[in-house]
Amino acid sequence: MSHLLREHAPITQAGWSLLDDEARERLAPALAARKLVDFAGPRGWAHSATNLGRAERIADAPEGIVAATRRVLPLVEARAPFSVARSELADADRGAEDVDFEELDSAAHRIAVAENAAVFHGWGAAAISGIAETTTHDTIALGEDCERYPRHVAVAVDTLRGVGIDGPYGLALGPDAHTRVLETSQHGGYPLLEHLREILGGPLVWAPGVEGAVVLSVGGGHFLFESGEDLSIGYESHDAESVQLYLEESFSFRIATPEAAVALTP
Amino acid sequence: MAVGFDQYHEPAAELPHETRTFARLCASLTEEAEAIGWYEQRLAVEPDRGAKDIMRDAQGEEFKHFCMDLEFLLRRTPLWREIAEGILFTDGDIVEHGEEAEEEAVEGEASRGAPLSGSESLGIGALREP
Repeated sequence: MSHLLREHAPITQAGWSLLDDEARERLAPALAARKLVDFAGPRGWAHSATNLGRAERIADAPEGIVAATRRVLPLVEARAPFSVARSELADADRGAEDVDFEELDSAAHRIAVAENAAVFHGWGAAAISGIAETTTHDTIALGEDCERYPRHVAVAVDTLRGVGIDGPYGLALGPDAHTRVLETSQHGGYPLLEHLREILGGPLVWAPGVEGAVVLSVGGGHFLFESGEDLSIGYESHDAESVQLYLEESFSFRIATPEAAVALTP
Repeated sequence: MAVGFDQYHEPAAELPHETRTFARLCASLTEEAEAIGWYEQRLAVEPDRGAKDIMRDAQGEEFKHFCMDLEFLLRRTPLWREIAEGILFTDGDIVEHGEEAEEEAVEGEASRGAPLSGSESLGIGALREP
């Protein structure tokens, strides 16, 4: 049995399949960072740190010894608790199609937002620097005038190309900006979404947890997400009414090429 | 009466539900393949045409069961499915196709962040288009 303790939960195999399917369905659209940055792993729950390939000299070493400590980036454990009513699980086993997984859906959104926010804006307490905060380029003000978005994105792409960062390029769009883009057609009815994709040559993704937008190279080797345990559902406890569960993952994120992204502020 | 659980090589209580189902279907796949072989042998020696017709019909059932078991297992095991896609229903050298399919599938799996063997994760991994 793994540390998720799923076998201890009063949940049938069919119930677990339903919970896992629901979680996958809710997580996949929201996990924007994974659509844009390099993904390594999963390495497993026991994997605790990412090798940075660097060492720090230890001044206070025994006579005649030269010593150094390796520098590593610890993985962060993120967990989003939720509960499911046992009556709903029983209905699912009877074949109900409209099972209420509202709390699971909310937990899936929370953990996806946390992952995106860590990658794009950093998580100081977890020793994670974000792409938007680390970029060496000037930020561009996105504003609310969608007609100007192609120009802003083109400037960002030109900036990256100008310092030798190759494409294709991707765009992580915060929810507000993404909604505006979807609603907008340019002169002649051409969808703004398509125009932006043509400029980028890569994906444009809805990115809950991102403030404004980020243009970045998706060519690989610049932004490195390492997964310890990939997103999983585990069991916490239960009583007569409900089962307490959680969505969990462990990961680290590091930036190899800060100049491979441009931040666009809201 | 003790019930045999030969399909398990590890204590059943320690295996996740998904792995137990997987093992059951693997056992079923083996049994269907054995039955196909048995009917093939019986058909080779049976002189009675009526009896042969019945055995052919029965063997057809086993073909169907084997394929259904296999399809279930392939759907649950993306790496196996990808390797199978490089080998099944192709012309040419089977061993060559096998080596190529395995190499491409294993490399592809690593870059997609496929779950570790025995993991109970959701198996989401990388979502970037290649």
